[in-house]
Amino acid sequence: MARPPKTTKTSVPEAPTLPKAPTGIPGLDEITGGGLPRGRPTLICGSAGSGKTMLAAEFLVHGAVEYGEPGVFMMFEENAEELAQNLRSLGVDLDKLQKQKKIAVDHVHIERNEIQETGEYDLEGLFIRLGHAIDTIGAKRVVLDTIEALFSGLPNHAVLRAELRRLFRWLKDRGVTAVITGERGEQSLTRYGLEEYVADCVILLDHRIVDQVSTRRLRVVKYRGTEHGTNEYPFLIGKTGISVLPITSMRLDHVANSARISTGIDGLDDMLGGTGLYRGSSTLVSGAPGTGKSSVGASFVDAACRRGERALLFAYEESSSQVQRNMASIGLDLGQWERQGLLHIDASRPTLHGLEQHLVHMYELVRQVKPSVVVVDPISNLSMDKDDRALKPTLMRLIDYLKQQGITALFTSLTSDLAADVADSQVGVSSLMDTWILLSNLAGNGERTRTLQVLKSRGMPHSHQVREFVMGNKGVDLVDVYLSGDRVLTGTARISQVAQEQAASDLRRRDHERRIKELASHRKAIDAQIAALHAQAEERAGEVEFAIERERLHAEGASARSRAIAQSRDVPPPRPRLPVSAAPKKTSRKAAK
Amino acid sequence: MNARVSASRPAGRVAKPAAAQEKPVAEWQLRLYVAGQTAKSAAAFDNLKRVCETHLAGRYTIEVIDLLVNPRLAAGDQILAVPTLVRKFPEPIRKIIGDLSNEERVLVGLDVQPAR
Repeated sequence: MARPPKTTKTSVPEAPTLPKAPTGIPGLDEITGGGLPRGRPTLICGSAGSGKTMLAAEFLVHGAVEYGEPGVFMMFEENAEELAQNLRSLGVDLDKLQKQKKIAVDHVHIERNEIQETGEYDLEGLFIRLGHAIDTIGAKRVVLDTIEALFSGLPNHAVLRAELRRLFRWLKDRGVTAVITGERGEQSLTRYGLEEYVADCVILLDHRIVDQVSTRRLRVVKYRGTEHGTNEYPFLIGKTGISVLPITSMRLDHVANSARISTGIDGLDDMLGGTGLYRGSSTLVSGAPGTGKSSVGASFVDAACRRGERALLFAYEESSSQVQRNMASIGLDLGQWERQGLLHIDASRPTLHGLEQHLVHMYELVRQVKPSVVVVDPISNLSMDKDDRALKPTLMRLIDYLKQQGITALFTSLTSDLAADVADSQVGVSSLMDTWILLSNLAGNGERTRTLQVLKSRGMPHSHQVREFVMGNKGVDLVDVYLSGDRVLTGTARISQVAQEQAASDLRRRDHERRIKELASHRKAIDAQIAALHAQAEERAGEVEFAIERERLHAEGASARSRAIAQSRDVPPPRPRLPVSAAPKKTSRKAAK
Repeated sequence: MNARVSASRPAGRVAKPAAAQEKPVAEWQLRLYVAGQTAKSAAAFDNLKRVCETHLAGRYTIEVIDLLVNPRLAAGDQILAVPTLVRKFPEPIRKIIGDLSNEERVLVGLDVQPAR
């Protein structure tokens, strides 16, 4: 029936000057710095269906249940049963609260056609009813929903206006914190100009349909005597009632974690200082269609599950089973993690809700699943309108929320293939991100290759190189690109360049071998030549010796013959000639050589 | 008829004694809601009395309810403005707000045929 007291309330600073009555609506108390002005009337205006009654009812119920301030709900349009039904849808048991005297309900109904007017009158009856209800339960809060209905019920508006002025004065005098709802008018905030009477705090609710998607917004138009957030804040009416999403509560006070976790891609971890991302950081992976964003996301999720952590994957393009099938093709078995309860894949069409609705859905799931990593694939699909300025604040809120929970987040973002300007960061969220990884396609040589670069990564050294991103059946990995001269080669260009250089060095090696062989054979030829010459020389030497021998023998024979002739003639023999002894000397020198 | 009229009143409700209560069941049952003894409520009562005596003599009852005394009765007849005259019977219920100074409009509001 009642929501547990919210812990965030304790952090709301209480303005000392102006006492405030907390609404108990998440976010609204932060915007208003603690709630609505206590003891004064607040006007809530908006068009039909903008959530006025809901906000007023929540204000009352929270007051009655959580802050010990009973309240009177005086309604002019719905009856008690309808209100009870509406509140039951939020888990509030109005009957029980009424029995406990925490809430009093009074339905004021005026049938125009059964009323005649003659002469003077005032609305003392209304005052008496309200006063009676307040006194009965000791109410501190009052809701008048929608008091403007009186304008159609009572013909004399002059009297009515005077009485309304008196009513608001009277409410102040009674010291009750009042919420008055009013229908949005064409020119003014309310159709009958109630803002003239309720000057302390005016909250405007808006319900817009942009591109067939509805968004609720809330703005504090004025809040006398206190500072307040002046922006338009999206709000939702969810299962637990209204929640307003103030932009990050304008705080940046999350605790930075210095622990690092792997991205699931070894090469990417290397690029990020070798150890991956900081825990609790947020990462943007942007790229054109087909650059592998989802695969990076899936790897990240896979790595988390592998560590035994819980992961939450928001898929806005594919159904859960399609994600699993497709990731199985690169060797990531996400199904096992889902069966083990580690992975929760939430697949929905982005058009299912408005942006804020998505955000609240995310909040709810994050609260439920309590993941350590969250992947949103892709954020750019969350809004149909590419120029949706709401996307950035919405993401900012999500990122801050995740950071405060210490959840590491990875967002993918689709960029146009032709987007030449990478700094034009898709949805303008890159500044919110701690790490920005850009995936891009390089076209050339009749093919496209995927490349990855880390554009920024806060607080860690990271590689400035472009790496080639390959998806195999064993997951995603990075390959060093080939730097050839001043060119960066990827894909088949890289492969062919590698092959070319390989071939070139092969050739060189063979050339060397050939030259060495050639040298060897050349040497051999020379050796052979030397041997041949040697042999030739031997041969010559032999011939020479032979000739000398023959000449010597010839000479000896001649001398013997002449001696024999001399003996026979008894003539003394002549002395031997010099050349005979010199000849053997010459021969021996040649042989030695 | 009588049962229906009383059934429409919430249980435990204490009505003030009517100003003119000769008959137990009158043909015209009127109820005047006022808030305290103000000039306006006195004027309204006087005006009503005069109209009734003129046009509905002997056929009416008037019940005056002071909301300051019985504030809880205001919700039953959906009273916002005071003075409010409620024609409880004959049905349907009709309401006239104001001090009833315009006799013609009171007659129209009560759907009473003028006596003359």
